[in-house]
Amino acid sequence: MSLVLANTPIDLVTEGLGLTGAWAWFVVAVIHTILIGLFFGIPAGVFIWAERKVSGRIQDRLGPTRVGGRFGWLQSAADGAKLIQKEDLVPKDADSLLFRAAPYIVVVASFAAFMFLPFGDGWSAVSTDVGLFLMFAMLSLEVIGVILAGYCSGSKWALFGAMREAAQMISYEIPMAICALIPIIIVGSLNLNEIVRFQSGEGGFPSLTLLNWNIFHPIAAPAFILYFVCATASCKRAPFDLAEAESELVAGFLTEYSGMRWSFFFLAEYASMFAVSAIAAILFLGGWDDGVGIVSGLRSSGHEYSASAIGAVILIAKASKLVLVQIWVRWTLPRLRIDQVMTTCLKYLIPMACALFLAAATYPLVLNRANHGRTDLRSPIGDRVPMRAVEASEAHAVLAAPDSTELAAADGEVTQ
Amino acid sequence: MSGEQILFWLFAVTACAGAISVALSQIVVRMAVSLIVCLSSVSALFFLHNADFVGAVQLMVYVGGTIVLLIFGIMLTSSSPFSKIKTSPAEGFLSAGIGALFLSIIAFTVTQVDWKIQSDKVAAAAPVKVSSEGYNAAADGNTARPLALSFLGLRPDQNGQAPGYLLPFEIVSVHLLVVLIGAAYLARTKRRVAPNA
Amino acid sequence: MEAIGLQPVLFVSAVLFVCGVVCMTTKRNGIGILMGVELVLNAANLNFVAFSRYTSLGLDGQVIALFVIVLAAAEAAVALAIALNFYNNHLTIDVDRGDELRG
Repeated sequence: MSLVLANTPIDLVTEGLGLTGAWAWFVVAVIHTILIGLFFGIPAGVFIWAERKVSGRIQDRLGPTRVGGRFGWLQSAADGAKLIQKEDLVPKDADSLLFRAAPYIVVVASFAAFMFLPFGDGWSAVSTDVGLFLMFAMLSLEVIGVILAGYCSGSKWALFGAMREAAQMISYEIPMAICALIPIIIVGSLNLNEIVRFQSGEGGFPSLTLLNWNIFHPIAAPAFILYFVCATASCKRAPFDLAEAESELVAGFLTEYSGMRWSFFFLAEYASMFAVSAIAAILFLGGWDDGVGIVSGLRSSGHEYSASAIGAVILIAKASKLVLVQIWVRWTLPRLRIDQVMTTCLKYLIPMACALFLAAATYPLVLNRANHGRTDLRSPIGDRVPMRAVEASEAHAVLAAPDSTELAAADGEVTQ
Repeated sequence: MSGEQILFWLFAVTACAGAISVALSQIVVRMAVSLIVCLSSVSALFFLHNADFVGAVQLMVYVGGTIVLLIFGIMLTSSSPFSKIKTSPAEGFLSAGIGALFLSIIAFTVTQVDWKIQSDKVAAAAPVKVSSEGYNAAADGNTARPLALSFLGLRPDQNGQAPGYLLPFEIVSVHLLVVLIGAAYLARTKRRVAPNA
Repeated sequence: MEAIGLQPVLFVSAVLFVCGVVCMTTKRNGIGILMGVELVLNAANLNFVAFSRYTSLGLDGQVIALFVIVLAAAEAAVALAIALNFYNNHLTIDVDRGDELRG
């Protein structure tokens, strides 16, 4: 795991700035925090506005039209200004410390997920081999804040919401993780950069990298749909918004919250919608690859920086498209009952995800035909792992030559 | 002081503070929150020691899974909101005293043993030549692949000479399946037989 | 980057371990006892990772830490099922009340 800044290890960056030791770490951490804060806050604001506009159109009304001109651009800012002014209430029966802390846990968890999200090739705050795993881990911490908010409100509605959220999240994390494993089996890496590099890399047609995207893989395509359903559920979006079902539970775990703390939950919800959509775009839709070879052409002709910048725009566009689909689904489908939510997950989604997982694992073994010109798909996973068993044994042959005599000597001592 | 050391002491202090407040707190939900603080700090310590995969598993399985399960259990078993089950002060003092004694014994051991000599002894006795400098000293974690290979029975870190962990891995998998079935059986809702039926 | 060294990590894990043991012995809430167990297991894990990083334990330390985490999750699931059963039978989670098997 190493900290990077625009694809450069921090040691080099801070050497250029003339900084050493803890100061270098501090400066880079501040830069990263500001950048991630922008990527965290701005999409959330835009999507809150988009939600109002889209819901308005779907329900045959206009949505916000006044603040900031004809399209109501500044509606989110106006909402924020209103929410800051509201009184911050803590119920008498609540555990006041945890009640106050819960919104921060939720926000910090979804903020931390952005640390591992690469916006372009190597453009992530922390570049690590387990980036995808860590993103899921961070997003799964969000549920703790929601459960605490519900339990510590001291209200029955909130407690019901929290119970539902706990049950739903624990169940839906399983098929979601299994579906995310399928592209990993195909690629052979947990590193988000490598997953996109694989999809934008060598293809049958040198320029048409589109066909390399996992969405066109026969097993990853249904996995994408399953993943997206589970991701919608894990962001507690309709039709899975049982935790805050306003027609049954007042507002679920949000019942007792007001003002800024209430808005923190929404900030985190929209940010985590963006995060799971960005994961979907990276895993299945080619990440920052445009599909016709513009970005990879720019990169190979030496324009690293502009390639990454265009790639970041492409990734954000893909993720925003998926967020819009989530908004569309929310305003189209009715809410499920809680038992239907659990049945959907435990009886349908998990078996389907497991079957797809087994299919993805056995697919390269049984497939003998060329597949989109990708010869690598025919070899078993073990051969595609960069550190191959053959290399390890060769290294052993080279390194262990003097050792083996010592080993024999040690064996001799033991027998004596 | 390097950035790594500052981060280490930061997370060491939060881990210890979380652990102490788990032991001291009387409200069980607050104990769970302190445990979250403690375990997250421990996972940060794993990252600082270049064990990035173990740290990620700690966050995902422990903090995101086990603790959520524990909070779920707290909600299902509390007879009244924020119920406290007090420990008597005498028991508290007694256990604090014994705990302090125990801690001082461990601290004494940690300071008295020369870990370098022990490590060299272990390295000398091992059948395979291993470095006594420690694994993965370079500040690049990337342990996911070596760990995966060692679960498949290969050992890239020891020139492939040491045995891997294929059998324990399979046993743990079967064990998890058994636990899943057993826990579901234990926690199932029991139909109470009506007394006069 | 300067290394942190083995001893500070061992001290941290000692504090975690002792807190876990104190928690296990003093809490009367069944789930509180479970939390003490988790603390003790984490202290052991921290030791494994530290020995893997600073001594000749190699990758083995991290592998064993992974096994411990997985088995701890399994242990928590079963213990929680037992706690739920206990609560169903006694209508409390206070472990001092579970003394029917006393001879």
